[in-house]
Parts: sequence; C-alpha cells; structure tokens
Amino acid sequence: MDKRTEIRLAGEGGQGMILAGIILAEAAAIYDGKQATQTQSYGPEARGGASRSEVVISDGEIDHPEVLEADVVVALSQEAYKKFAGSVRPGGLLIVDEERVTLDPEVEAVRLPISRLAKETTGKSITANTVALGALVGLTGVVSRQAIEKAVLARAPKGTEEMNRRALEAGFQAVQKLRVA
Amino acid sequence: MSVKLMQGNEAIALGAIAAGCRFYAGYPITPSSEVAEVMARELPKVGGKFIQMEDEIASMAAIIGARVGGLKSMTATSGPGFSLMQENLGYAVMAEIPCVVVNVQRLGPSTGQPTAASQGDVMQARWGTHGDHPIIALSPISVSQAFDLTVKAFNLSEKYRTPVILLTDEIIGHMREPIELPDFTTVEKYEHVVTEPPETYKPYSNRTDVPPMAAFGRGYRYHITGLFHDEVGFPTQRLDEVEPWLERVNSKLERNPDDILLYQADYQPGARVAILSYGATARTARHAVKQMRARGEKVNLFTAYTLWPFPEKAVEALADSVERIIVPEMNLGQLALEVERVAGRRKVTRVNRANGEMVTPDMILAAMER
Repeated sequence: MDKRTEIRLAGEGGQGMILAGIILAEAAAIYDGKQATQTQSYGPEARGGASRSEVVISDGEIDHPEVLEADVVVALSQEAYKKFAGSVRPGGLLIVDEERVTLDPEVEAVRLPISRLAKETTGKSITANTVALGALVGLTGVVSRQAIEKAVLARAPKGTEEMNRRALEAGFQAVQKLRVA
Repeated sequence: MSVKLMQGNEAIALGAIAAGCRFYAGYPITPSSEVAEVMARELPKVGGKFIQMEDEIASMAAIIGARVGGLKSMTATSGPGFSLMQENLGYAVMAEIPCVVVNVQRLGPSTGQPTAASQGDVMQARWGTHGDHPIIALSPISVSQAFDLTVKAFNLSEKYRTPVILLTDEIIGHMREPIELPDFTTVEKYEHVVTEPPETYKPYSNRTDVPPMAAFGRGYRYHITGLFHDEVGFPTQRLDEVEPWLERVNSKLERNPDDILLYQADYQPGARVAILSYGATARTARHAVKQMRARGEKVNLFTAYTLWPFPEKAVEALADSVERIIVPEMNLGQLALEVERVAGRRKVTRVNRANGEMVTPDMILAAMER
C-alpha cells in the first residue's frame, strides 16, 4: 500500500483551519501532482466551537478519505488541543500555538507562538493559519515549499498576496530556528 | 484539462451543466447546499434558469414542469427534503418525465443531524413513493465519479424517461479531491428525437420500451396525469390499456441491464470472502481490501454504483464465488437486505454504523474475524 500522510488541523471556528486544509490539499494535488483528500467537520457555529480540517496526502490512490491515525496534528486553541492531541499516532507530530495551548505535563509537542508571529509579521492575527502551514510544511516536508507557496498565493484575496507570503515565511523561519536550537 | 480540487457537491452541479441541465429548482439544505450555490452561479452563464422554491414539494414539481417544457432539470436535497419530494417523484415516474434528484444523505430520521454522514435513504430511494414502480439510483464513490454519474443520471433519465436519483452522502458531497474536468462539449448527451407529426404522436405508445418525448410549446399537445392513462395520456381504467402500460413501464429498466447496472467486480481466484459496498463506504472497503491483500489474504471486492435497480445477477455471481459476503453501510442494514435476498441470509455479514461517522477499515477487518 502507498504510504499516506494524515494531517489534522484544528482550531476555533473562524481561525481558518478548514481553509488551511484546503490549501494544503491543493498544494499536494495541484502543484505537487500527488493525491489528496480534504474533509472537515464543524459545529453549527460560524465562530468559536472546535473546527477541524483533515487532509490525507499520498503518492498513490487514497481510499478511506478520513484520518485514521494522525501523523500530524496542529492545534491552535486549547479546545482543539484537548479534543485532538490524543489522536496523534505514537511517534507522530503535534504542533501547538504555545500562547493559546497549555500542554499537559506528559505531552510532547512542537510549541510555536503561531498567533503572535502572525500578528508581528503581518499585523493581522487572522494570518495564523498561514503561519501554521509554513511551520507544518517546514517540519514535515509533506508538500514542497514551492507548492505550498503557490497554493497559498492562489487562494489569497487580491492585494493580500505579499502579506500571506510573509506569514508563510514566518512559519518556515520559526521551525528553522527550532532546528538550529 | 487541468486538475482542480473540488467538493463532490460542486462536481455534481458541474456534471449537471455538462450533461445539458438548464433548469434547477431547489430549497437549500445541508449537506447539499453547495449544489444549489454552484447552480445559482453557473446556470445563468449558460442560459439556464435557477429558482429557489418555497419548499421541496414545489422544487420537485418545478423540475417536472421544466422538463415538460423542454429543459433538462435537476434538484438537490437531503433526507428531510427528499421525504417531501416523494409524492411528485411518483408523479414523474407515472408521467414518465425525465429529471434528476440529488439526495446528499445525512443522518436521520427527521431533521436528524445536518452535517453527519449517512446511507440511511437507500430503501427510501427505492420505495419512498407509493405503488410498484421502476426507479434508478446511482451512488458515486469519489468526487470525480460524482461528476461522471451525474452525467450518467441525466442520460439514463432521458433515455428511459424516468426520474433518476443520485444517491450520494455527506462524505462524498463535502469531501474535496482532485478532479480533471472534461471539455463539456465532448460530454455525451442523450436527446429525444420525435419523428412522428403532432397529429399522430403518442407520448405513451406501448410499441417500444420508451416512446420519444416531445416537449410542450413545439407544436405537440398531449395530456399528462398521475392517473393511469392511455397512449395519448388521457385517464383510463380499461384493462386493455392499463396492462400494456404496466408491462412496459415496469420492465423498461430490467430489459436494459447492461446500460443501467453499473458496478465493479474485482475477483481474486481462491477468495472465500467478498466485501460489497457503495458510496463513501466503498472507499473504506477498498482500504480494508488492500490491507488484507497486502497480508496475502484473498478477498473479492464488489462496488455497486447502481443501487436501483439492484444488480442482482452480478451479486448472484459474487455469492456463488465465495462463502461469505460482508456488507458495510452507514445505516442499520439496508442494501444488505437485497444482498441477503440474493445470496441467502446466512452468507451475509453486516457491518453497520449509523451515528453520522464513517465505517472504518478496522470495523470491516474485525468482521472478517467474526
């Protein structure tokens, strides 16, 4: 069977995690020529509540389209962390926004100040989802850097391309520093 | 052609336009609303009409009326709306009006859970409207196939003058996957050709399986009713007129199985077990089968794309090939009833999940051990 990578992106409704999932799947399927499925679940609330987006990426055909055992979980809120941190497979990767998520003592995670980086880099905390994508791709290489950049720019509303490019870059930089340290 | 990432619901709307659909009437309902959204945006660009109706009863009536007026038509809904459409669905069967009804199944009964997935309307698609009647229901397993089967739904609907139900589910409807859209001008479209002049035209002639349908407003006039009718459409109780109609209409689908019954049968010599599935669950079944085969286990896989009419000869052959058939479904066992009818109850193992979540590969693998 082809190796599949399963990613779960979670946050509060309104943080753009479903869009982040769509962009990641587009990076894989359109720009890297891989197979990808994106599914989502959301509550009836437009904002608040826990919203999650799931992306499965593979070189070959994807059968079951949902995450079975996550290789990567990104949690941008405490509720998302509480709900989905346990769904990371052993040896998998958990990425959290360190300023919004308090980790339980035994939990290992890559802690990044995702919302703060977004605010500092672009002046807008709503670019946190793009920062998160930069960090995710920087850490995992699940899609190529060119692919995620093209996918982010293709989805960025007119006039916000540069802002989104910088947000993505901030995510990459943050994990570079992590590696050096 | 270029690759796009798209939801199943979007692919259904585009498939309809590619197939020549030029009229959409509907009442938005989760998880089908994206079909209406795309139709509202795209239909006017090709000269089509979009109407948001007051409810699903009216939506169904509107698409029937539109097709009588000569436009290929569609509506999309989910369980609660599909229930309301049943009466007029029967009317379309009786009056032999082609139309496509998309049901993106969600968890029921009643308003149930709007964003939760289900395959709970399989039997409703077959028997939801009263009286013995033919019906076609197709169920896609991917975004790409959602496009293809929508085109197929229109063509079968036209060719056999019957409503066709595209019976999909929340998973396929909302899931995004890559799809390569064809050039719409190359998509096969079935068109009725009426050669008979208006004076002698019989809209319900029993001399062929499916008499060609003339659109209103083009010189042809005839009567349309939900009552049993004669060859020109007027109500009749004469057995010599009713019986030929019954015979023709109730056998027009079964006389053309090769055209209508779509499925994939993937046999491995020596297999003693088979998995039969459809819709989103077919993806899970494939996942489980690949795992089993990777371990060297032999297993047959049957994927039904046409649920109604039930492909019973093919399932009979499947039953003959193995000792046991596993039928996973996101319901409490509906298509399994048909498999049991054909294969015998003792040969069938059901795997059911009816809480809004997908069946998992592990649930199917566990059933192998049972």
